[in-house]
Amino acid sequence: MSNENLELKKRQILSSQVDLSKFNSKNFEKATDEEKAQQEVMGESTTFFKDGMRRLKKNPLAMGSIVVLALIIAIIIIAPIFVPYSYSDMITVNGVRDKSASNLGMFEYSNAEMKYMESTGESLFPHIFGTDSLGRDYFIRVIYGTRVSLSVGIVAAIMVLIIGLIYGSVSGYFGGKVDMIMMRIVDIIYSLPDMLIIILLSVVLKEVLASKIKGTALAALGPNMISMFFVFGLLYWVTMARLIRGQILTIKNSEYVLAARCIGTKDGRILRRHILPNCLSVIIITTALQVPSAIFTESYLSFLGLGVSAPLTSLGSLANDARGAMQSYPSRLVIPAVIICLIVLALNLLGDGLRDAFDSKLN
Amino acid sequence: MLKYIGKRVLLAIVSILIVSAITFFAMNAIPGGPFNKEKATDPAVQAELESRYNLDKPVTTQYVLYMGNLIHGDWGVSLKSGREIWPDITSKFAVSAKLGISAMIFATIIGIVLGSIAALTRNKWPDRLIVFFTTLGTAMPSFVLATLLLLLFCLELKWIPVYNSSNPNYILPIISLSVYPMAYITRLTKTSMLDALNQDYVRTAKAKGVSRVKLIFVHALRNALIPVITYLGPQIAYILTGSMVVENIFTIGGLGSAFVTSITNRDYTTIMAVTIFLAILMVVANLLTDIAYKFTDPRIDFNN
Repeated sequence: MSNENLELKKRQILSSQVDLSKFNSKNFEKATDEEKAQQEVMGESTTFFKDGMRRLKKNPLAMGSIVVLALIIAIIIIAPIFVPYSYSDMITVNGVRDKSASNLGMFEYSNAEMKYMESTGESLFPHIFGTDSLGRDYFIRVIYGTRVSLSVGIVAAIMVLIIGLIYGSVSGYFGGKVDMIMMRIVDIIYSLPDMLIIILLSVVLKEVLASKIKGTALAALGPNMISMFFVFGLLYWVTMARLIRGQILTIKNSEYVLAARCIGTKDGRILRRHILPNCLSVIIITTALQVPSAIFTESYLSFLGLGVSAPLTSLGSLANDARGAMQSYPSRLVIPAVIICLIVLALNLLGDGLRDAFDSKLN
Repeated sequence: MLKYIGKRVLLAIVSILIVSAITFFAMNAIPGGPFNKEKATDPAVQAELESRYNLDKPVTTQYVLYMGNLIHGDWGVSLKSGREIWPDITSKFAVSAKLGISAMIFATIIGIVLGSIAALTRNKWPDRLIVFFTTLGTAMPSFVLATLLLLLFCLELKWIPVYNSSNPNYILPIISLSVYPMAYITRLTKTSMLDALNQDYVRTAKAKGVSRVKLIFVHALRNALIPVITYLGPQIAYILTGSMVVENIFTIGGLGSAFVTSITNRDYTTIMAVTIFLAILMVVANLLTDIAYKFTDPRIDFNN
């Protein structure tokens, strides 16, 4: 401070001695806009998030995946509003169950519907994917199946995120004996054959839960769904916990954490404010890749008949139901199969894109 | 070294015990016992039956007895067929193992070849083509692939008969089982190959004038295969669980389809036996890979 003051004073003294006759009014003109523009800082300082997003936007595959996913999500939200059919009930014409409406092809109408349209002149909403063997509109069933599959994936990913985050950060931050014991537990869960345990617990919980949840709000989900979430929560968090622990172990020893500890910051606050934001990239990437893997598992279980309870459906159980009449109605099998592949592919590509964009080690 | 192996073996035993305990207690938690029929049995007969099969004892005692029997090769009796489970498991496992091992060999060879090609033609069209197909391969559940293959080759083109019990056709099941691991191995080989090609020892070899073929296959590939080895062991788990669906679709009478059938039949003793059997298999496979991994890569520190 004192130095600056001194300099200022000196300059002031000097300035009084400057020969003003050397300058004319031109020297004191206001700067033009162009000159001002030159002084402006062009490159805005980027945050970690902005930088990553910029890189992500340059990745055509990832952006394409986002578009595909956004489209799918938009369709499954909007379509049930204007498709007048129900996913669980037979098609009705004029309030009467239409028995001729089963096994229709794409955009076909049943005899009863044709008669109705001829007699009244109004046109009915087309069966875009036809109908299934029970006379239910297949398009709306696919929409609901996609809804179920996607929500299973997202809910599972969030559960894995929460459990893994808490477990991993506690284990990594406290270290020592706590870490040792917590990580041995993770080792054991990690070495369990997950698919077997999932199938087994699905079988058991289905039997045990079925009687318990009868009549409650959970009954709509069905015991299979609940047991599936239960199993995801029980088994799939270990990878997340391991990753977060590894990250925290490195960040824990950095200088800014030491500085925070020196000024007496509490453990919880250090974890929340200093350590976790720096693990964010790993957390985002792993969560993004968790969604397709959960969708995969759900479709397997549904395919084995351990999925959601009828009449609710998922993409896996739609494919399973279509297997019986595969030869006569191949489209019923191909449609859910293609949608599963599309969703998983898009999510995988998005996850890879996020990794390329946000993982600082790769840059 | 020995300490590491000992620790791993201990962990494996604990895992097997935990899986078997989960399986046993979970199965016991299901309401209804094996002798609870719709028709009421005479209470004396019921009690006699229960005491013969030790069902009157506490569950923990039953578990200890069950595990003791397992070690002696007595895996119990199927609730549905009434036959011994163990001979069934071994005969069906032979079928599954044949399928799984063929698929694994197929996947490994093709995967390594494709991965090497992709690494060597990086950013050219063969690489792009391979990347496209591997991305597709990892996004396709095996049951989707299996049903689509069945639909295309058996029902539409009629190249392969749908089902032939005396001489089952293994081509389609092997393809549907191997696509996912193949895609994964290709990706792994590609990345580790690219990594290896940038290493100093490869540059030195190149400077010494080693031929391109020898450089790739002797110097780079050998080191690039380490991640592939670590991937292969746990993949046995995938092959066995994946085969549940594939065996079911192609009606191959392996362990996987037996498991699925026992689930749909609610044959709890068979579910339990198959789960424990597969779990032991997977844990042992993981254990062996871990140990093999430590042996193949001298850089790995045993104390850590």
